[in-house]
Amino acid sequence: MREPGPGEDLERLDARLKRATAEARRSAPGGPPRDERPGSALGLALRVGVELVSALAIGVAIGWLLDAWLGTRPWLMLAFILLGGAAGILNVYRMARGFGYAVGYKQDPPSGRKRPGDQGPGIEE
Amino acid sequence: MAEGHSPLSQFEIKRWVPIQVGDLDVSFTNSATFMALTVIGVSAFLVLGMRRHALVPGRWQSMAELSYVFIANLVKDTVGTEGRPYFPFIFTVFMFVLFGNLFGMVPYGFTFTSHIVVTFTMAIVVFLGVTVIALIKHKLHFFTFFMPPGVPLIMAPLLVPIEIISYLSRPVSLSVRLFANMLAGHTLLKVFAGFVVALGLFGAFPLAFVVALTALEIVIAFLQAFVFTILTCLYLNDALHLH
Repeated sequence: MREPGPGEDLERLDARLKRATAEARRSAPGGPPRDERPGSALGLALRVGVELVSALAIGVAIGWLLDAWLGTRPWLMLAFILLGGAAGILNVYRMARGFGYAVGYKQDPPSGRKRPGDQGPGIEE
Repeated sequence: MAEGHSPLSQFEIKRWVPIQVGDLDVSFTNSATFMALTVIGVSAFLVLGMRRHALVPGRWQSMAELSYVFIANLVKDTVGTEGRPYFPFIFTVFMFVLFGNLFGMVPYGFTFTSHIVVTFTMAIVVFLGVTVIALIKHKLHFFTFFMPPGVPLIMAPLLVPIEIISYLSRPVSLSVRLFANMLAGHTLLKVFAGFVVALGLFGAFPLAFVVALTALEIVIAFLQAFVFTILTCLYLNDALHLH
């Protein structure tokens, strides 16, 4: 039996690498949905909660500060609690509609660019 | 339970080298120690891993290259080629959070990512940086970000504040997600570890659970570092390509 030379070894490795890369590329776009991971339901719930509460907290904070500045306690805070709640629901709505981590209203990713965050809600947490 | 054995005592900040500058307490704490260790760990991992830079990588080089390529592809996929100048920052954020989470898994270690101060500071840096980038790139056009296209002008007084609040809530949700995951995971570990002793012979069951939970925590350490990074990338993408 002949020992394979170092050059031959590298060539074989190169061929294997090329095959593996091609396979990975083929399976990437229509790959298995990543949200099948166990525990993702809890992650989704946590994400929804965090999004809701953080927007509400920001609303309350803005209202509080504006009130202290303008001396209109408690009216602006009341208004901003409602706005903050609406912003929280907007965040959750965007998440649930499959915008993933992206913000805004653009649902279709621009051509040529895949956004991993767009594969549906609750893939990560 | 005895004092100092509460599941939450692991998050206590301890002043190891008390330093006082004027009214400021800048003591070197256990948190600071682990941050320094993280920086040293990441540098050692990458520099020592790439020391031999062989054509066919060894184990360490392979891991170092893998982490580099992983983040490079993430930036390319989410931000596009315009994101390339920001790759060093994003890679640093990822490695810092990842190693911080993993060092927290070492027994007697300290998880600085379980403190909201730390995660919120990182999130606010990302948030301010991204906003400044957007303002430099788009100037005043940036503010159309808060007015979605195709909305009647009458709705603007209601919609713009909502959009601004939604935008401002980004650093909060970004930091709370990382902090809450690390805090909850480590507390849960300690609570179940406490049952092991308390239950005597039946402590084998919580022990098995703690082993499984440790594995899950390591997964979460990776996942949360990834989530923090991908969110940074997506915010950067929004800043570079307004819609």
